[in-house]
Amino acid sequence: MSDNGPRVLVVDDERAIRRFLRASLAAHGFNVSEAANGLEALSGAAETRPDLVILDLGLPDIDGIEVTRRLREWSQTPIIILSVRDQENDKISALDAGADDYLTKPFGVGELLARIRVALRHSLPASQEPVFKTGDMQVDLGRRQVMVGNAEVSLTPTEYDLLRVLIQKAGRVLTHRQLLQQVWGAGYENESHLLRVNISNLRRKLEPDPSQPRYVLTEPGVGYRFKTDE
Amino acid sequence: MTENTAAIAGSVRPEPGEAPRPRGLLKIFLGYAPGVGKTRAMLDVARQMKSQGSQVLAAILDTQAGAGLEDLDLQPPALVEHRGEYYPEIDLDAVLSRRPQIALVSDLAHTNTPGLRHLKRYLDVQELLEAGIDVFATLNIQHVESLVDAVRQITGLAIRDTLPDQILDQADEIELCDLPPDELVARFQAGQVGNSADKSFFREGNLMALREMTLRKAAEWVDRRMRSYMQTEAISGPWPVRERVMVAISAHPVSERLVRAARRLADDLNAEWFAVYIETPDRLRFASAHSDQVSRTLKLAEELGAQIVILQGQSIPETMVEFARRNNITKIVAGKPLRPRWYELLRGSLIDDIVRLSGNIDIYIISDPAGPLEPVIPASWKPHGNYRRYIFSLLLVLLTTLISFPIHLAIEPTNLVMLYLLAVLFAAVTLGRGPALLASLVSVLAFDFFFVEPRLTMDVTDTQYLITFLGLFVAGLVVSSLASLLRDQVEASRRRESQTAALYALGRDLAVAVGMEAILEAIIGHISQTLNRDVVILLDEKDNLRQRAASPEFSLQYEELSAAGWVYTHSQEAGRGTNTLPDLSVRLVPLRTPRGVIGVLGVKPEDPNFYLTPEQRRLLEGFASLAALAIERAVLAEEASQAKVLSATEKLQTALLNSISHDMRTPISTITGVLSSLRDTESPGNALPGLDSATRVDLLESAWEEADRLNRYIGNLLDMTRLEAGALKISREPYEFQDIVGATLAQMSARLAGRPVKTGIPAELPMVSVDFVLIQQVLINLLDNSVKNSEPGTPVEINARPDGDQVVVQIADRGSGIPEQDLERIFDKFYRAQRLEESGGTGLGLSICRGIVEAHGGRIWAENRTGGGAVLSLSLPVDREAWRSDNE
Repeated sequence: MSDNGPRVLVVDDERAIRRFLRASLAAHGFNVSEAANGLEALSGAAETRPDLVILDLGLPDIDGIEVTRRLREWSQTPIIILSVRDQENDKISALDAGADDYLTKPFGVGELLARIRVALRHSLPASQEPVFKTGDMQVDLGRRQVMVGNAEVSLTPTEYDLLRVLIQKAGRVLTHRQLLQQVWGAGYENESHLLRVNISNLRRKLEPDPSQPRYVLTEPGVGYRFKTDE
Repeated sequence: MTENTAAIAGSVRPEPGEAPRPRGLLKIFLGYAPGVGKTRAMLDVARQMKSQGSQVLAAILDTQAGAGLEDLDLQPPALVEHRGEYYPEIDLDAVLSRRPQIALVSDLAHTNTPGLRHLKRYLDVQELLEAGIDVFATLNIQHVESLVDAVRQITGLAIRDTLPDQILDQADEIELCDLPPDELVARFQAGQVGNSADKSFFREGNLMALREMTLRKAAEWVDRRMRSYMQTEAISGPWPVRERVMVAISAHPVSERLVRAARRLADDLNAEWFAVYIETPDRLRFASAHSDQVSRTLKLAEELGAQIVILQGQSIPETMVEFARRNNITKIVAGKPLRPRWYELLRGSLIDDIVRLSGNIDIYIISDPAGPLEPVIPASWKPHGNYRRYIFSLLLVLLTTLISFPIHLAIEPTNLVMLYLLAVLFAAVTLGRGPALLASLVSVLAFDFFFVEPRLTMDVTDTQYLITFLGLFVAGLVVSSLASLLRDQVEASRRRESQTAALYALGRDLAVAVGMEAILEAIIGHISQTLNRDVVILLDEKDNLRQRAASPEFSLQYEELSAAGWVYTHSQEAGRGTNTLPDLSVRLVPLRTPRGVIGVLGVKPEDPNFYLTPEQRRLLEGFASLAALAIERAVLAEEASQAKVLSATEKLQTALLNSISHDMRTPISTITGVLSSLRDTESPGNALPGLDSATRVDLLESAWEEADRLNRYIGNLLDMTRLEAGALKISREPYEFQDIVGATLAQMSARLAGRPVKTGIPAELPMVSVDFVLIQQVLINLLDNSVKNSEPGTPVEINARPDGDQVVVQIADRGSGIPEQDLERIFDKFYRAQRLEESGGTGLGLSICRGIVEAHGGRIWAENRTGGGAVLSLSLPVDREAWRSDNE
């Protein structure tokens, strides 16, 4: 355990989960503090200024969505939501309220660590690197050029914008609403068919096998995630 | 008297909250006029009862009784507003809720102010009696229904407030309150009774007559009591041959007098009596004003204790006498309107016919100065009112003449008469009596003018043609009368038939209706169609009477609903056309079954001036009893099916418990086992040798797999519960099926490791309209099933193809396949095909798939593959928008 490691605040009312997370994360060099309910979480976040918050949705006092909203009023600390299955709507609300990612219980520690890494990287100042690479795909954000292998792929302006938003948040989930808002603009939040059609076109143009996508993954009922090699 | 009152006091009822009290006893204090001391006598008895410990409550007392009531409990009367005035009435609900043992009521015959629950005070009293409360009531003789006419003739007073004789007859006790008439007159003159306006009433002659009526009535009552006592005690006596009285009524106003007279006669003879109305084709033509009068008279007769009979027949006297003979009637009461002598000579009179036919039956005739009843014929009923019919009949004759003209030289002119007869017959059948008469007259003239020598004149040379003319005319007359009679009869029988047919049609529809909703719909449809009324049905649901079905845009108002509640608890009709709450616009009929009242049927006429005719009332009763039985049948069926569901649920619970105990414990034991062995080897100071790293990985791997399985199992149980509870919400949106497959495969990557997965999804496949998460769950369960039932390393295929407005998806494996007999059953809950051992199935996954797919309106089925393995297929609905635009 290192005092210099990233500070993580674990918020969960189940002692067993907190104990297991503390042990697992500490073993990977994180500096873990705990909160058992929403109010403790808010005061804990103010005191310890964590680098990342792992937040359970079902808290005994105020629910996780509200905690996210209040945290976001003053902090940009990445938040990873822990939820149980069948809380799709709550998950989306939390993501729309400003949470960065989510994980469904039960989960493996490896998966959690990957999400934490992505979230922490995004919290750093955005990289100035104009060229994004993953697998055999390469996107030159300066020249709006997309290459798969050695061939240039021609995308419509909307498809390109969609791809740009996805890769700027690569590794993180983006809700339907967030994507629609950022690509089409305010007022289009419910036009999910636009999104589906463009995602489908993107996959057809970028994916080697569109039925088993490697890059643009569907998060059932929630949104999409651009998968990086990491 | 003391003994009698003690008898009532002895029947003191149990306290409220105990078993329901039996019906209360009614004691009537009967007097012949106001001021004879009825109220005083009643109060004396009441005080006496009170001193013996009974709870006495004055429900309503004469204002004149004013002073000296301080020692009695008074229920303040309800003040009811009517046209700006306030009238004191019994506060029935207050009295009922106070539940005294004895209630005191003045003026039993009083007519309640409009707006109260009951039309008459005696009906309030009936309700008190039913609630087990004894009632003391006062009554003046002039209000007794059967005496109303006599009272009017003696005193000139028209009595408005009347009391059915039955109420008096059925009183448990009558106490006669008597005062010699001269004393009463003295009291009146001293100003102790009545006011100066009553001077003509308080004459000694009047009072003596009324007193005699009272004494006779009381004596009759005692006599009847004695007889019934002797009969019940089987004491034989000189019982006279049983008399039976019948009164024939019509729409004539005299009928009400006839009914009262018959009642008195029947009373004197202690006879059973019948009020009979005979429906003839002629009478059917009478307007509804007449039939309303008839129903009123019949109702009066019913109140007076008669049995009501409605007969159909051609001739009134014949039908009447035939009924009388069949029912051993000994005396007939009939009315006789005064008619001019010439009329009777010409047409005869009904009375004469009855007298002639009646044989040994006595006939009592009551005459009335009012003339005979003119049939009021509504415009729509006038068969001859239409002048076009007459023009048609003239045209018919013209046509006949035109046809006859070319052939008249070839045949005998007398034979042409046959053609004219034909025309008259035709006119009689199609146009009615009047046009037929005209046709026969014109035929005679036309025949004479055109075909009888000398032609084109009205002269007749051969006198034998006069016989032809006469024959033609008379034949026309007879034929047209017969034809129109036939039409009337057909009309009458058609109406009767239509009622029978209406009942039959409802019965038939109810027999085939499945489920409560269909039954209610059938009832409402039939009744509203047949009676031309809005219909509502209220049923008892969890001890709450609730409107269950109604004609479109019809529902009961608040007060009608509370009236329905009354109908339900009392099992009696109420509302329009009845004695209880007659001001309502609906008529409410209880739905009775052998098990008790199950609801209330309400009908409301579209035209507020329409009342039900007696036959419609009977039809409504018929409908109500059919409806009640059908509804009860549906209720019983629902109960039975609930019981069935319950037993199926029990079976399912057993299966669920077995499943939980097995399927949850197995993975938990593995996990616990692995963890315990790791803890034991890791804990300091253990004696066991450390596990090598390969073993540890192996152990952890199996614990991980079991935990994963446990998680899936719990997910399935949750899904199942949601499906069962109907709590599964499907939010459909159009998706590329490929997208769902992609997400599924990503999630299943660990489970599918080492297996080639082939997908065959055409790019042009239309979008499907589904719930993404749920269909993904279906695919996961199906793939999981394939993995479980085939060897590791064998391929799994996912194919999709469009099929009309559906997409058919197939998940195929190369496993052992499914035994033929299990193909249908593998989607049943907790069903596990007998296949690979340790397949680890829970018997839930596939049944969840079926639940979800069927909730989407799709289908799921299983087949075996040629070459080994199973194919599980499902169909999903195509997104209609997308499909349509694709197909245009």
